[in-house]
Amino acid sequence: MPEQVMAFDVRNASQATRVIDIKGDITAQSEDVLMDAYGRASDEGVKAVVLNFSTLDYMNSGGIGLLVTLLVRAQRQRQGVLAYGLSDHYRQIFELTRLDEAVHIHDTEAEALAAAGVK
Amino acid sequence: MSEENAARKATNWAKTVSHLNVSEVPEGAMNLNVEGRRLASPIQGFGKMWQKTYQVRIPTERVSAADLIETWKQRFPDFWPEGNSFYGPLTGIAPGEVAVVNMVLPGKMKLSTGVMVLYADEESFTLMTPEGHMFAGWITFSATEVDSHTVAQAQVLMRASDPIFELGLTLGGHKQENVFWQRTLTAVSQHFGHEAQVDTRVVCVDSRRQWRRWRNVWQSSAIRSSIYMLGAPGRALRRGSRSRS
Repeated sequence: MPEQVMAFDVRNASQATRVIDIKGDITAQSEDVLMDAYGRASDEGVKAVVLNFSTLDYMNSGGIGLLVTLLVRAQRQRQGVLAYGLSDHYRQIFELTRLDEAVHIHDTEAEALAAAGVK
Repeated sequence: MSEENAARKATNWAKTVSHLNVSEVPEGAMNLNVEGRRLASPIQGFGKMWQKTYQVRIPTERVSAADLIETWKQRFPDFWPEGNSFYGPLTGIAPGEVAVVNMVLPGKMKLSTGVMVLYADEESFTLMTPEGHMFAGWITFSATEVDSHTVAQAQVLMRASDPIFELGLTLGGHKQENVFWQRTLTAVSQHFGHEAQVDTRVVCVDSRRQWRRWRNVWQSSAIRSSIYMLGAPGRALRRGSRSRS
């Protein structure tokens, strides 16, 4: 059983944009750590949350469920959710589960931040 | 990434498909509303979003988590409540497999739909619904060992697919669904020789309805199944006249 990451880093990309660095595995057991990161990212005035998957190790279906829940919370706050750093495999999983219709996927952080309106 | 994770990635998830394809339909199964359909996550659904968790605790001396999941995958249809049929592959639950589901709704209305196995490993497996199913989302079945008990769990993350199903769920459908999974988990527990209460936890994740998705009603499996059933006498007559001529 892989060791669970205790916390995901949250970075300020601009006043209205935060980046969450996802590390290790995302499974149903990651709920607290992911929602804690989202809570720290979701300050007043934040309009976009960017998920950095470049250091993601493994994600199961429980992890996909958590992302849907995060997406709902972000939509409630009128925030956009973007992602970058997904491997080809997980891009396909986003397509299969149709998560890509709500999460805007980009290749690099620069592209994601540009799409979020960070200059 | 470790080699172990690379192997898990390759085998645990279903391969990407744009539309579902039913490979085998057993005799007696009504196969509607699956072939050619796309999968639908809660994002594509209409109604309020719910997370429903059903759990039963079985002593680990009766069954380990890994053995429980192995058995559940192999004998999945056997644990369903009477009157409902899951026509899956004979080899059991495996990623990418598509199963036809025939269910009985209130008023004895027969509903034909299906599911795809989205994910399966030694600890859990997930079934995802196609467009037109009563709900858009997935159900994850899992088992974990906690305090000398194996906790078997079914967790549904869903939105009703369209306004008609939303109304149906509000007018008793949710209760019926709860009973369905409670009976399923009771059957799993009884299979391992243990009688236990099913713990049920229902959380409304999003109380808003996605009104822009009301058009999902055109793909409703309930409407299409009803139309199909209404046409059954006509089809039988046509078959009869063809065989006589």
